Amino acid sequence: MSIPTSSVEQVIPEQGAMAQPSVRPSRRRRLRFVSGGKAATGLAVVAGYVLLAVIGPWIAPYDPDARSADLLQPPSAAHWFGTTHLGQDVFSQILVGTRGVMLVGLTAGVVATALSVLVGVTAGYLGGLADDGLSALSNVFLVIPALPLIIIVTSTVAGAGDLVVALVIGLTSWAWGARVLRAQTLSLRRRDYVEAARATGERTWRIIGFEILPNLTAIIASGFVGTVIFAVMSEITLAFIGISSVSSWNWGTILFWAQSQQALAQGAWWWFVPAGLAIALLGTALALINFGIDEFVSPRLRSAGRSRARTADGRTVRMRVGFTPVLAPRPASPAGSGQREEAGR
Amino acid sequence: MTFLLRRLAFYVFTAWAALTINFFIPRMIPGDPVKSLISRFQGQLSTDALHSLYVLFGLDSDDSLWDQYVDYWRQLAHGDLGLSFTAFPSPVSEVIGDALPWTLALVGVTTAVSFLLGTGLGVLAGWRRGSWVDGLLPVTTFLSSVPYFWLGLVAIAVLAGPGSFFPSSGGYEPGLVPALDTIFLGSAVQHSLLPAATILISSMSGWILSMRNMMVTVAAEDYITVAHAKGLPERRVAVSYAARNALLPNVAGFALSLGLIVGGTLLVEIVFSYPGLGFLLFRAVSAKDYPLMQGIFLVITLSVLVANLLADVAYLFLDPRTRKEG
Repeated sequence: MSIPTSSVEQVIPEQGAMAQPSVRPSRRRRLRFVSGGKAATGLAVVAGYVLLAVIGPWIAPYDPDARSADLLQPPSAAHWFGTTHLGQDVFSQILVGTRGVMLVGLTAGVVATALSVLVGVTAGYLGGLADDGLSALSNVFLVIPALPLIIIVTSTVAGAGDLVVALVIGLTSWAWGARVLRAQTLSLRRRDYVEAARATGERTWRIIGFEILPNLTAIIASGFVGTVIFAVMSEITLAFIGISSVSSWNWGTILFWAQSQQALAQGAWWWFVPAGLAIALLGTALALINFGIDEFVSPRLRSAGRSRARTADGRTVRMRVGFTPVLAPRPASPAGSGQREEAGR
Repeated sequence: MTFLLRRLAFYVFTAWAALTINFFIPRMIPGDPVKSLISRFQGQLSTDALHSLYVLFGLDSDDSLWDQYVDYWRQLAHGDLGLSFTAFPSPVSEVIGDALPWTLALVGVTTAVSFLLGTGLGVLAGWRRGSWVDGLLPVTTFLSSVPYFWLGLVAIAVLAGPGSFFPSSGGYEPGLVPALDTIFLGSAVQHSLLPAATILISSMSGWILSMRNMMVTVAAEDYITVAHAKGLPERRVAVSYAARNALLPNVAGFALSLGLIVGGTLLVEIVFSYPGLGFLLFRAVSAKDYPLMQGIFLVITLSVLVANLLADVAYLFLDPRTRKEG
């Protein structure tokens, strides 16, 4: 479980890109988002996972349930990630499990995002009593610890399958997105172009759909990615504790068996390390996409690269936000040298 | 003061909502898992215990829903959460009371340390953009993407073998009697080092990142430029001008993510068999001990609400604007 790292909310007060009433980002701007290294890397890795989710069960070298005589073998050419206590192939289990993980993550993400847009934008746009009620609702869901709630609900539903798990996660994790969207909608609805649309007699649903929503794209996307991270983690956690059905494979199920069969005590590191790395890689990729979105929205957050520059006459200057270093030629008298840097320090 | 009162009202409302959710969950589920449990313990349950379980799980279905609801509240007011089936015949409240201090100590200390450390590093990273601290960001992102429990598993595999200083499970040396003496406390601390380190590593990066981004945003404000122009020392500008203002959203975020942190901590406890609420919840889930599960959910929710209230009080001290409104 990671803390929501997306900081879209924090950059809201002054976003350059969001403030423009451009209804649809031009092709070049969209490309610029992808061309940022972080977002591109993240998108590529996630695309790889989606591909595996589709073709995984077909390219898996073994049936993940099939037992064999190779009990608890370390990784080898025949079994890339080794075998379990029943001789099952861990590599195949991971390949087959990818589909369940991605399916639940994306479904929960879609459900939660739809709910957060519905609640957040409605609350922000309508204001008044509706806003108070919906904000209170999302704050309640924000404060109640989600994971215990998800555990309780799923464990009361006997034999919860992937769909139930995805729905439960989606229905409990929309509050954060709703809160961020509400704040942004509040600031958008007083903008001139929205007022103009209202003055010309546009219907409310049209203003929301065509004037407001397009300008929330970045926040919605970042919320979606964040929810997918959370959903994947929660799903794996549920499987790891043994609440959701252990008959269908996902990475949590692998960890569940590894834990319950004392893989640690037997030194069978290959049993739980690949699944964990798969989760971590997916999580990192999704987080990278979110960083990309954040930096696209607020370019100042970009890592500045080298912040020290050496000038021709051997002085070092540190670049910093809010200051523009001016490289004046060194004054003739030694007393005045380096004063400009001093001021900047 | 109005600020605090308004927050208090909100938390009371949330507590009510959580308790009501707790009331409805078992009533919406088709089939009665509790009924089968009760029939398994038939004859061992006293009529009182039977009645309290009936009230909690809505088995007295000939009453109207409203009457059930009133009964449910009356019972909670007495602190009666039913009987635990795994720790039969102890009441749920007693079982939870044993586990609660462990979780409180573990979560409290690690969360405070991780918040302070993470915020401190975030201040550095944001102020000196492009320095080595920025290079840490990808690493910490990766670490925070690892599930808490998996990191715990790796920590056990690598650090806690036979003969290692770090014990791999439990909250204290088996055989010791829990008491407030040096031997027991020392053993408890030794057992909590690995779980604490695990939580610390995975939860810290979130603070670093959000504080860094906030610092970057604040560093471009006019009052920072003015502070520089006045010739104040760099450290003073960074700490009392930039960090002070960047801290506010981070404290607000702290309150909001408490629920998530607690969820993660529960998992670490499961991996380390740490005798806190998380491990208890795990055992309750595997034994289908519904009264215990619901009781734990209630206690966790209420604790998180109290922690939120404390964070609000801290916010009150940090942000003069909230005080002025009152």
